[in-house]
Amino acid sequence: MKIGVCVKSTPDTDTRIKTTGDGIDESGIKWIISPYDAFALEKAVQTAKASKGEVILFTVGGSDVQKNLRDGLAVGGDRAVHINDDALNGADSAGIATALAAALKAEGVDQVWCGKKAVDGDSQQVPSMIAEALGWPQVTQVTEFEQAGDDFTATRAIGGGLEQVVKGSGNAVFSAEVGLATPRYAKLPDIMKAKRKKIDTKTLADLGVDAGAVAPKVALQNFGPPPARPAGRILSGDREAVVKELVQLLRDEAKVL
Amino acid sequence: MSVILVFAEHEGGEFKKTAFELLAKASSLAGELGATVTAAVLGDAPAADLGQWGATKVFQVAGDFGSYSTLNTVSGLEAAIKAAGATTVIGAASFAGRDAFPRLAYRMGAGMGTEVTELRAEGGSLIGRRPMYAGKAFADVAIKSSTGFFTVRPNSFGIGDAPGGTAEIVAVTAELGGGDVQVVETRAPATDAVDLTEAEKIVSGGRSLKSKESFDSVIRPLAAAFGATAGASRAAVDAGYAPHGDQVGQTGKVVNPELYIAMGISGAIQHLAGMRTSKVIVAVNKDPDAPIFEHATYGIVDDLFEIAPLLQKEVEALS
Repeated sequence: MKIGVCVKSTPDTDTRIKTTGDGIDESGIKWIISPYDAFALEKAVQTAKASKGEVILFTVGGSDVQKNLRDGLAVGGDRAVHINDDALNGADSAGIATALAAALKAEGVDQVWCGKKAVDGDSQQVPSMIAEALGWPQVTQVTEFEQAGDDFTATRAIGGGLEQVVKGSGNAVFSAEVGLATPRYAKLPDIMKAKRKKIDTKTLADLGVDAGAVAPKVALQNFGPPPARPAGRILSGDREAVVKELVQLLRDEAKVL
Repeated sequence: MSVILVFAEHEGGEFKKTAFELLAKASSLAGELGATVTAAVLGDAPAADLGQWGATKVFQVAGDFGSYSTLNTVSGLEAAIKAAGATTVIGAASFAGRDAFPRLAYRMGAGMGTEVTELRAEGGSLIGRRPMYAGKAFADVAIKSSTGFFTVRPNSFGIGDAPGGTAEIVAVTAELGGGDVQVVETRAPATDAVDLTEAEKIVSGGRSLKSKESFDSVIRPLAAAFGATAGASRAAVDAGYAPHGDQVGQTGKVVNPELYIAMGISGAIQHLAGMRTSKVIVAVNKDPDAPIFEHATYGIVDDLFEIAPLLQKEVEALS
């Protein structure tokens, strides 16, 4: 079984983000594989191991994303496909999904894994869009997963606290929710081995995708910091009095009780 | 003529609050946009009730939508959108909004803005403003395609009063039932608490709880007293005090309640990213320098184990 895992380089989640109007200031940022993608990768590696299959990483970006591809190859990825094309600068989710779907198809993968969202754009669109582009069923926000031969069983939280267990067979696209799998740490020999694993770089032309097919359908503009919160206050004094004051404030001033 | 279509979600025939929230918001923007407001309903629900919330027409798709299916939701909505001639489609950032909307937007060649917290009319079109980087930055999202999709974070606008009116019901048929995964089981929630992402009140605990036992005996009863859903920081989840599903933060649930009470949570940037848009934030922490206090509406510098029982008693006395 060939499993394709889509990964994205995103700022480390401890990063403070400074906006610049048309984007963010990227200086000094430490880039990591988006955490949800790391959960997906771990599950894919476990699944492939059980079936003696292959895990292929897919990413979109400039040459600087290859470091994170090596990180992924050090934790179980067998090889990688790097889509690098200027036409994808400023692409939206649909454009990225179109490019990824073309590459996934070209490699003949049987199953696709993504994180439920990338922790930069937070758009949570690409997995569902890849599924549509491939014409495959999707199971997003997966919390539990098992593969037995051609068949899979997956659990997803569908809101309201409800969990749905679904079954299917053959090709499908999955996205990982927190808790699905705990990513392993790369050991030094694995890091060394990863340096020799193959990364294929592809342009849109290599994938037979026309640049017009990835033109953005949305524009992101006017980046800014989050809305400022009104100044708060510290309640102090006798413990019981403070708690009474808090409840009174929540009820009469904030009107949330 | 632009047509806004709101996906009015329901559970077993009872409309979700977000259906009214989104219809009321669409109605308030319709005048400026010169748009008509319509709604889509999948399956059996009292569609006529949406008239008083501003829908002039409700496109009701017949079929069994009781058990969630991505492909049925996509097909049903696609049929409603086409019947309505919708130019803007708005839904909640619910499971269906996150799972099915992108697939449908891609199918229709439409741009999509995810989980906006503001919608405004500008130059005759709708602009959304949305948190990115888990709320560390915000940006406007403008649609460049002829049809646009938005999902809205629940509780962004509040419900307010129904604008009033009546709706014409239009029956729509869609091709359902093909090619999706098969649902074998639906598990009910272990508690009757509202889902974190939709909760109006949340009480969260951090690593200061020190054990699963104290999380269960301090945070959960306090949450119950407030009628709130319990949440946890990543540190508390990693330490095993609470399950992954309770995690609030950049790699957990992003929440937007009216009231967020942080008990023994220091306020790591990872956590703040998941709850900073909460309307009112209460922080209880022993450390006066904890970053959470910079974001708190009300703060108490004290031991959570001392404050929690007093707070629980005081709130229980209210009801």
